[in-house]
Amino acid sequence: MGAFIALAAQVWSLCVKELLAMVKDPANRLILFAPALIQSLLFGYGATFDLTHVPYALLDQSGGKAATELVARIDGTGVFRRAMTLRSSEQVAGAIDSNDALLVITIPSDFDSLLARGETAPVQVILDGRNSSTAGTALGQISAITAAYNLTQGASAPVSIVRRAWHNPNLQSRWTLMPALIAGLSLMQTLLVAALSVAREREQGTFDQLLVTPLTPIQIMIGKSLPAMLIGIIQSTIILAIIRLWFQIPMQGSIMLLYVGLVGFTAAAVGIGLSISAFALTMQQAMLYTFLLIMPMMLLSGLLTPVRNMPDWLQVITYANPLRFGVDMVRRIYLEGAGLSDIAFDFVPLGVVSMITLPLAAWLFRNRLS
Amino acid sequence: MNEAPPVVAIEGLRKVFAAPDGTPFAAIDDISLTVRPGVLTALVGPDGAGKTTLIRMIAGLLQPDGGSLRVLGHDVHRDPQAVQNRISYMPQRFGLYDDLSVQENLDLYADLHGVPDDERRERIGRMLAMTDMARFVARPAGKLSGGMKQKLGLACTLVRSPDLLLLDEPSVGVDPLSRRELWAILEQLIERDRLSVLVSTAYMDEAARCDALYVLHHGRLLAQGTPDDLRALAQGLTYEATPPPGVPARAVQARLIDAPSRIVDAVPRGGSVSLIRRPECSEAAMAALVPDAAITPREAGLEDAFMLLLHAQPGADVAPAASPAPPLVRDAEPVIVVRDLVRRFGDFTAVANTSFDVRRGEIFGLLGPNGAGKTTTFRMLCGLLPATSGTLQVAGVNLRHARSKARARIGYVAQKFALYGNLTVRENLRFFAGAYGLRGAAADARIAAVIKRFGLDPAMTSGILPTGYKQRLAMAAGLLHQPDILFLDEPTSGIDPLARRAFWRTITELAAEGVTIIVTTHFMEEAEYCDRIAIQDAGRVLALGTPQAVREAAGGDHTMDMNRAFIAIVEQSRANGESAAA
Repeated sequence: MGAFIALAAQVWSLCVKELLAMVKDPANRLILFAPALIQSLLFGYGATFDLTHVPYALLDQSGGKAATELVARIDGTGVFRRAMTLRSSEQVAGAIDSNDALLVITIPSDFDSLLARGETAPVQVILDGRNSSTAGTALGQISAITAAYNLTQGASAPVSIVRRAWHNPNLQSRWTLMPALIAGLSLMQTLLVAALSVAREREQGTFDQLLVTPLTPIQIMIGKSLPAMLIGIIQSTIILAIIRLWFQIPMQGSIMLLYVGLVGFTAAAVGIGLSISAFALTMQQAMLYTFLLIMPMMLLSGLLTPVRNMPDWLQVITYANPLRFGVDMVRRIYLEGAGLSDIAFDFVPLGVVSMITLPLAAWLFRNRLS
Repeated sequence: MNEAPPVVAIEGLRKVFAAPDGTPFAAIDDISLTVRPGVLTALVGPDGAGKTTLIRMIAGLLQPDGGSLRVLGHDVHRDPQAVQNRISYMPQRFGLYDDLSVQENLDLYADLHGVPDDERRERIGRMLAMTDMARFVARPAGKLSGGMKQKLGLACTLVRSPDLLLLDEPSVGVDPLSRRELWAILEQLIERDRLSVLVSTAYMDEAARCDALYVLHHGRLLAQGTPDDLRALAQGLTYEATPPPGVPARAVQARLIDAPSRIVDAVPRGGSVSLIRRPECSEAAMAALVPDAAITPREAGLEDAFMLLLHAQPGADVAPAASPAPPLVRDAEPVIVVRDLVRRFGDFTAVANTSFDVRRGEIFGLLGPNGAGKTTTFRMLCGLLPATSGTLQVAGVNLRHARSKARARIGYVAQKFALYGNLTVRENLRFFAGAYGLRGAAADARIAAVIKRFGLDPAMTSGILPTGYKQRLAMAAGLLHQPDILFLDEPTSGIDPLARRAFWRTITELAAEGVTIIVTTHFMEEAEYCDRIAIQDAGRVLALGTPQAVREAAGGDHTMDMNRAFIAIVEQSRANGESAAA
């Protein structure tokens, strides 16, 4: 026990030194907190797939009562905004190509008469496929509007879909995206802090001074990872506070469990960062490796695009990506209120990554020679 | 004698910089000097004296803050380009392109200076012959030794024929052999080409070769004149004290340097002690300090004059050591045992079959030119680098098996400042105390003790301390846990002679307390402080023993200085190596 306290005290003094050195540098102080704050606000406002005021062009060749009623319903949703009213079909290509309209709705001249005869009347929707996801969502909206219109016309609908989106009732993309940032944005900072920690000491010559103390590589590894993890978790906390208090996205799950999950995720991120750091000989190298790694980690995480949509071989690779499981864990706890048993599996890949990278870093401390 | 107009004429020059803590300080403070054509003029002074600042202003690379500065008849401030077209300037670190070959570097600089083709061939050929580098034209500059790089830098500087050559400490970090070659080249240039040269140096033996000297210290001009003029300042004040048999010279030196009211300076040299008395101190009062030693007058050297000038400055006195050196206790037990130590990097052998012992309380010096393997040996001893083969026992612990345990018993002071610059003195010490396993009251007591011993201000941010204090802090951190062995890597490079004296005073005191000291140094005269030294070259130990034994191995008597002994030993070995290879 006494021996353990002695070992822990050595690690503790290293932790204190790391935090002091980080906080004493004014530039560092800013980097620790400003980006998390600014980025989460930017993401909250800037990154959204939700449709509002989609510009569309109308080519109403019928001009009848039924057509006017349908158009009124489209205009009434608030999702669409009529940007142009076209006179002839020659104008359709121009409206799309000039980006003035995302879609063109064409109502044929026989629309009213067909309906009056009780026949099926086609409405043509031309979409700008250059922005496929928005176009797809917009088409879905139009379909829903026409389906509702059909019902009022007494058209029979043998199967009707009643939509209830769980965990995000209004299907707002902000709800999906923001909680994932608790893991996603803090990853960048955590990786960078960890990646620079050893590289900075190597570059400034202080690492040799550290290596000649009786501290073992494992102690150095722990003393370097705990402060980096603390920084990562503080970052997550800032983002969490913004999501919860500023954007007011309700949190379903347990905050305790969220932090347990974050510890597991941050440990894996710090492990990767420290390995980079122990391998790099200069801060510049460490920085370069980190940026090379962050892009694919973001891409293969499910933060923006679902992992399910990726080819199988790529999905296998994502198991090495702690962000994938960090995002999954945070999203599920936050939106779905998932319990420990629901997310327990996420800890397996995260644990494996930590268990490989942290000892690797410790080994590299002494065995990476310039 | 020479009535030609001066090449450089400086009148009341000033340059003010902001210190790291923001306060302004004068790097060059009211300096006036002239450089005459066709002679070798030297700026002499310790690091931080203002030599580089002055040379950069002469080259038109820095704007003066006051005074007048005319070079080759031009006002540098108004027309720097006119001056730069006619001078050649070699900064301390010359901009060689490591990936280009020697020839390509020379061609590149010839292109940059627009040297015409016909003139260039003759000029480069001559430079290569003079620097003896014709054999290496195809070798990349990055693969040259420190001395050869410096010679190549000089050759590149001289691809065109300048009216004034400015050299900023050309021999820093260069081993004694290369240093001698470099100066031979310079003297040849002055003799044959009547070149005007302004060189800065911290080495007194180099200054002694110049025609005119300007002694700088903290931005002020302390003295000027020929080497003989300056030597005359110390005339009649210099003596040599020979200790009785069995008493080490540094014990006598410690007693002398601890009496700053009577003695200006004392250094061990060749088994005895060279000292300078204060003019106001009588010979009898001086002799009373060391009644057991035989004191005889000796010829004054340039270094004596220099020390006298530095000591005349206010606040220059070395703080006396806390306690008089107790008598040395030696036991025969070795604390470091090195047997057949080998370190290879790929197929390159950095250290070959090295064996030696170091006893408790000994000061052991590792000497050698750059690349000789002394840093590699040193890093293996500290446990920073694993050995390829051989036995390495430190403080009774085999470094192969119990490295952490061995490290708890050693202290380490790195060559360049290697503590945390943005932490305060106290925070740094607190961290290292913790890392060495000191806690609570024990840690507080040790921190207070080293702060007192080294005269540190605990609240100062360590990164902005003056160089000498940074070094004291590094020593303090290395001694916190009262190690058995203290490793010092080039501890005195970059600090001025006064701070060096104070530093060695602390070292001899520590050794007297029973701490074993392992030190690397490129100041050969500092070998005199060591009990034993090992001279390394190309990975092999060429000589091992007391400074006196090494001198004898070099074929000299006690008057031979360490520099010459070193050169002789390395040359002997290289000649043997060549004849064996032939």
